[in-house]
Amino acid sequence: MTPFLRKLGAAPVSAWFGIVIVTLIALTAIFAPVLAPFPEFEVVGPQYSPWAAPHYLGTDALGRDVLSRLIYGARNTVGIALLTTALAFLIGASFGLLAATLGGWFDMVASRAVDVLMAIPSLIFALLILTITGTSVLSLILVIAVLDSTRVYRLSRAVAQGILTMDYVEVARMRGEGLFWIIRREVLPNSSAPLIAEFGLRFCFVFLFISALSFLGLGLQPPIADWGAMVRESARLISFADFSTWQTATFGLAPLLPAGAIALLTVSVNLIVDWVLHLASGLED
Amino acid sequence: MSPILKITLSRLAMGILTLVIVSVLIFSAIELLPGDIATETLGQSATEETIAAFRERFNLNGPVHMRYFEWLASAVQGDFGVSLSNQRPISELIAQRAGNTFFLAAYAALIAVPIAIVLGMLAALYRNSAFDKAVSGATLAAISFPEFFVAYILVLLFSVTFGWFPSLANVDAGTGFVERLYRTFLPALTLTLIVVAHMMRMTRAAIINLLALPYVEMAHLKGMRRWRVIAIHALPNAIAPIINVVALNLAYLVVGVVLVEVVFVYPGLGQLLVDAVSNRDVPVVQAACLIFAATYILLNIAADILSIIANPRLLHPR
Repeated sequence: MTPFLRKLGAAPVSAWFGIVIVTLIALTAIFAPVLAPFPEFEVVGPQYSPWAAPHYLGTDALGRDVLSRLIYGARNTVGIALLTTALAFLIGASFGLLAATLGGWFDMVASRAVDVLMAIPSLIFALLILTITGTSVLSLILVIAVLDSTRVYRLSRAVAQGILTMDYVEVARMRGEGLFWIIRREVLPNSSAPLIAEFGLRFCFVFLFISALSFLGLGLQPPIADWGAMVRESARLISFADFSTWQTATFGLAPLLPAGAIALLTVSVNLIVDWVLHLASGLED
Repeated sequence: MSPILKITLSRLAMGILTLVIVSVLIFSAIELLPGDIATETLGQSATEETIAAFRERFNLNGPVHMRYFEWLASAVQGDFGVSLSNQRPISELIAQRAGNTFFLAAYAALIAVPIAIVLGMLAALYRNSAFDKAVSGATLAAISFPEFFVAYILVLLFSVTFGWFPSLANVDAGTGFVERLYRTFLPALTLTLIVVAHMMRMTRAAIINLLALPYVEMAHLKGMRRWRVIAIHALPNAIAPIINVVALNLAYLVVGVVLVEVVFVYPGLGQLLVDAVSNRDVPVVQAACLIFAATYILLNIAADILSIIANPRLLHPR
């Protein structure tokens, strides 16, 4: 058995819960067209039909199947959040590692720029930029990736600075290895644990951020199925929730389904991150 | 000059510099708009005179740096120009709404801060007990849940099921104080749940850090009660990080209010900002962003300065 599998076997229940949920959501996102009983945009039934076959979670205000839209929503929302987080990491980690390795004026300029970006609350800054660029998927991804890369920059710079003082880096330098060789072969492998944990945390943050913007009507635009936008579309129904009959109760719970899906995914990722951090800290239970 | 004054002044100067840079960024938003804003708004058929009048009205004539200083000078005096979409003075739109937003944030803070500190102390006192685990589980949930999920759960519970509180927080200038507290209770509770988690975790961590120190052990050995050790010996020394995290969360509150206002249709600055972004009403967006950013930065400076002042080593330099 490889060491990784052994660690996985010894993982606590909470981590297992996280892994199972994240895997399920990932599979749903990948196989969305196969799993969804109805198409993403098409009107397939009457408005607001109750939770009964063939619409297991009812239909929305336009008569689209809620279950299918939740399944496609997993693909759209999670896909865009992953892409954004990956981009934020690419920007933040490259600048952070370069700043730590090069030092000097590059470090100065990059760090001060990051300070200014971090001094403004990200939601406010994103709203300001989205006013200028308008709300398109591309501008959404770019804005959030740049804003989030500041946090990645701080972390990767700090971690890399710690590693660069090590003797083995000094040895590599004296051997005459180049800058990128040192980053790739010495710094990156040794900073993987905190960076992986940070990736999980950043993903949660980006995911919540995109959902929040979609909820405000400024993120992914209709008719794209998106969990945040689905909460927005069905928000008013909650005041009609009435637990006297099954039909009225499920009607009012409509906004809680996508909101709950968002909450479930972020909790699961956080549980995995906690476990990864615990492993990386080397503490024994 | 005493060292404490020196550090405070340098932090203050840094903060003001940040504010200036941020105001430049916010101001440049209108410059970065694609196309000419006058022809975009008035349409292609607009005459030369109307375009000239529009440019005059929205302060679009003259060199950029001069317009920046004019904009900043009037913004500091509370004049943010006029709205693009309805041509009304922005200060009129904002005055009441900013008051509402700060009222809601203050209300949430007054509930959240005492709860967070007491829960944090209790969790530190009974650490690794079932109580501690329950509290940290709940805080993890509160950190990972989206604001609107928390808000709708509260609405479902307290408004729809029990009918204790209204699900929409509609207040106006004529609403009395007690009535206002009642109507904004659910939004305030939502904000409280979101910020308590972080403050409580930091309070717990700050106190637990101190518990391994010799003077705490000494207090234990003297036979002091555990509660007394924490309240009298540990808490005063943990006050700096606690003040810091409280101020940071107050800063977060003022921003987190945006989503909560939309959920509860509360007539605050956040709601105005969101509407202005969808209408691309740049002057209103600039005004709201400036107020939010300035509050956030000022609270962050306050956090810094308070934690410096709370550090006794700096108060009595050798």
